[in-house]
Amino acid sequence: MTRAPALFLAAVVVIVLSSLAVFATSNGAWLANVPQRDRERANPYHDQPDAIAAGRRIFLDHCAHCHGADAEGTKKRPSLKSTRVQQEATDGDLHWLLVNGNRGQGMPSWIKLGDPQIWQVICYIKSLH
Amino acid sequence: MDYSRILTFFLRVGRAALLLAGVVLPSYLKSTCQEYPYFVTYSQEMEEPGNLDIEMFNVVGNPQGGNSFIGSDVEFEYGLKGWWTTEFYLDGQATQNQSTIFTGFRWENRFRPLPGEHWINPVLYAEFEDISADKTIREVVGHDGRYDFLVPNWLAHMDKQREIELKLILGSNVHGWNISENFIAEKNLAGDPWEFGYAFATSRPLQLAASARECAFCAEKFQAGVEMYGGLGDANGFGLHLTSQYLGPTVSWTAPNGMTVAFSPQFGLNGYSIPVLYRFSVSYEIQQFLSHFRRSGQ
Repeated sequence: MTRAPALFLAAVVVIVLSSLAVFATSNGAWLANVPQRDRERANPYHDQPDAIAAGRRIFLDHCAHCHGADAEGTKKRPSLKSTRVQQEATDGDLHWLLVNGNRGQGMPSWIKLGDPQIWQVICYIKSLH
Repeated sequence: MDYSRILTFFLRVGRAALLLAGVVLPSYLKSTCQEYPYFVTYSQEMEEPGNLDIEMFNVVGNPQGGNSFIGSDVEFEYGLKGWWTTEFYLDGQATQNQSTIFTGFRWENRFRPLPGEHWINPVLYAEFEDISADKTIREVVGHDGRYDFLVPNWLAHMDKQREIELKLILGSNVHGWNISENFIAEKNLAGDPWEFGYAFATSRPLQLAASARECAFCAEKFQAGVEMYGGLGDANGFGLHLTSQYLGPTVSWTAPNGMTVAFSPQFGLNGYSIPVLYRFSVSYEIQQFLSHFRRSGQ
């Protein structure tokens, strides 16, 4: 094997091993993991009726199958009307969770929606209190 | 030129896809998950746990000196865990003046080792494939080129290829843009040397914010981007020499019922490539697939 392919394969192995090491140290206490800077982020669509309506559409498309159409939760997934989500978590906390997910607990990242749609769905969730 | 057989195959594939997405699947299964409009490149996104994504990818090409063909595969992608996605493919192809054949199957697994989102996100990919006379061109590695498509089906079909394929997938999301890079290493278990390839792609929705009202053709339903991929030689000769390279724009649209349709004309960048490939796909995601069976059993 020539030098370039050997380096290529070595790089893959190094990334695999280091990634597995980081994954093994993760935990599921997401709210405690939110950096202060993210927690303090303001929602640019805060309380806007159009954003709440758009957020409801996004919620029904992507979130309702796990968290229930009424956001009350299902057998394995938590309610989004809980005190933790409605009062303890800031919009910034929820944004951080939606961007990063909590894969160990089954919560995927929703970064593919893009920031505007993430903020819109947060508007809707916070309107449920 | 007689395109009737290819056209027939094309129509069958399209009809099956539309039937699956629009008629057989009931409306309560609807999802509006928007897929990236990539045909070769994998992004860092994993299938959501419990969701089943059914996709049909097709490519039409006309290699110089050979017969036109259409390669198709049907994919069943399932999210086992937030960090683990598994996918099963069934491949087939039809070649003008030759035959329409089933070319084999593939089974892949993707693992996302890092929790959380980072400026660049790695995903590890491993695939086993058992194929022959494949023309789906789901990746280009080694010295794959237009000459491979000049071999008649009856002869190519006798050459069984059992291969493992490893990929390092890197992906980032920046200001609404997804940027994905794949580095590919493939090994024929019959003893051929390792072959290498790459794929890059980037795309963005035409509008990032969602509309307050449901709409079919608003900008948020469209994604547009660019995809480029090609071979990087093999363990005996790493580099671009005698490799095929492709580049093309790509666009997708997600219908209100959740079906995503994508199209891309991809152009060969050198004489070793097929001059142009036309790719299109149809995909449909069923959310929490197994839960529908549980409900029906109650």
